[in-house]
Amino acid sequence: MQRFSGLSLIRRGLTGQRGWQPQWRQAEPKAAYDAIIVGGGGHGLGAAFYLAKEHGLTRVAVLEKGWIGGGNTGRNTTIIRSNYLFDESAALYDHSVQLWESLSQVLNYNVMFSQRGVMMLAHTVHDVQVSQRHVHANRANGVDNEWLTPEEARARCPLLKIDDIRYPVLGAAFQRRGGTARHDAVAWGFARAADALGVDIIENCEVLGIERDAGGAACAVNTTRGVIRAPKIGVSAAGHSSVIMRMAGVDLPIESYPLQALVSEPVKSIFPCVVMSNTIHAYISQSDKGEMVIGAGTDAYTSYTQRGGLHISRHALEAICELFPTLRRLRMLRCWGGIVDVTPDRSPIIAKTPVPGLYVNCGWGTGGFKATPGAAHLLAWTIAHDAPHPINAPFTIERFRDGNLIDEAAAAAVAH
Amino acid sequence: MLLINCPYCGERPELEFVHGGQAHIARPGNPAECSDQQWAEYLYRRDNIKGVHAERWRHVHGCGRFFNALRDTTSDQFLATYKVGEQPPAQPRKATA
Repeated sequence: MQRFSGLSLIRRGLTGQRGWQPQWRQAEPKAAYDAIIVGGGGHGLGAAFYLAKEHGLTRVAVLEKGWIGGGNTGRNTTIIRSNYLFDESAALYDHSVQLWESLSQVLNYNVMFSQRGVMMLAHTVHDVQVSQRHVHANRANGVDNEWLTPEEARARCPLLKIDDIRYPVLGAAFQRRGGTARHDAVAWGFARAADALGVDIIENCEVLGIERDAGGAACAVNTTRGVIRAPKIGVSAAGHSSVIMRMAGVDLPIESYPLQALVSEPVKSIFPCVVMSNTIHAYISQSDKGEMVIGAGTDAYTSYTQRGGLHISRHALEAICELFPTLRRLRMLRCWGGIVDVTPDRSPIIAKTPVPGLYVNCGWGTGGFKATPGAAHLLAWTIAHDAPHPINAPFTIERFRDGNLIDEAAAAAVAH
Repeated sequence: MLLINCPYCGERPELEFVHGGQAHIARPGNPAECSDQQWAEYLYRRDNIKGVHAERWRHVHGCGRFFNALRDTTSDQFLATYKVGEQPPAQPRKATA
């Protein structure tokens, strides 16, 4: 792997940017691997990377239906935080934030992780009580979070209008370690680092079936590029998790919904943190290119169309215009949708499945990007040990049968 | 925004409706006799079909009634709507709109 450094940038800059190598190989599928990851998003590429780096499995393939990072990894609003209510969730999401903090160095790839802080607004007495409960729960779990008065919130984000609006800002919870990262760079960085360790990244390779041996264990995948055998198969297919897992006879408690986001024309740096409002439902940050990145809600119905209704994004924009009147005359540049896999308790599943040799990482719903390195790391652990890591042990499929739900619906930033 | 053909009121914009999830899920007659697995499947397991999906809608800002629909989740096109208690049409007709 050609390592990146300040010196290498200067040297290439002085020699006309010649001599850069492709960052990963265009691998052809082999007949067999030690492990296959289905889904070439950040979660899947990261799982392959950690399998190779931490567990010594280098005969690993990542199979991607389209191009890597073309699904939800490239369709989110890049927000990273770990201020979840329950102990299990705090451990899971903070594991991810801790990995984010060193990810650029580990991958030798600038993922532009920026801990600019995530501010979650409270607009009602109920909001204030719930938010303060979150702050206390987070701090008890060692996750940073603090309460801001409306004036402190405005001081941190000067564009924020705190009064003389329909739902005045009564305070905010603020996680300083939260922030954003560049989502494409996360996919590319994991792909490059995994490739350097021998992982085959195979694009344009759609999985059509999962084959099981006489004992019922998963043993191969049937793809548009032929049959590929492996004793361990990890599925990290986001919105298509139900479709893939049904190929192995595994039913999931998941429904797939379109979730939208949109960006404005780029402007100068005016927005120093991430701001979210659950009650009037909007979230917003500014990309390093200067675009205002705005998240809308999910549509009301299940769908695989990767587009949402205009009234959904309009609703988010109305909230943004109310909170940040300065932005009212900005034009929107692009909007898009991703298909998110939502579980009944809004917590993910990272687990072994009833099928031996088949592992799943799914159910991240509207909040999977923040978990990219954590989910990848834990899926790799679960595949390598054929047992969950203590952090993901509660996030099973069986929790729905056993009544051990991790009900984060109230903690999520969006009203599902 | 979708245009939805309520079997009672005709075509109306999506905003008048709420989505009611997968259709034709029967509540177990005697929950006390269900195993945990059966009860969990009733509560949580969903087909999440990529393709033609039978689902419930409620015309909440109209007649207020529930009805069922067949919709293609790869295009969001409605193929048919039908009343509660009826079987899904075997030959889905194209929506007229």
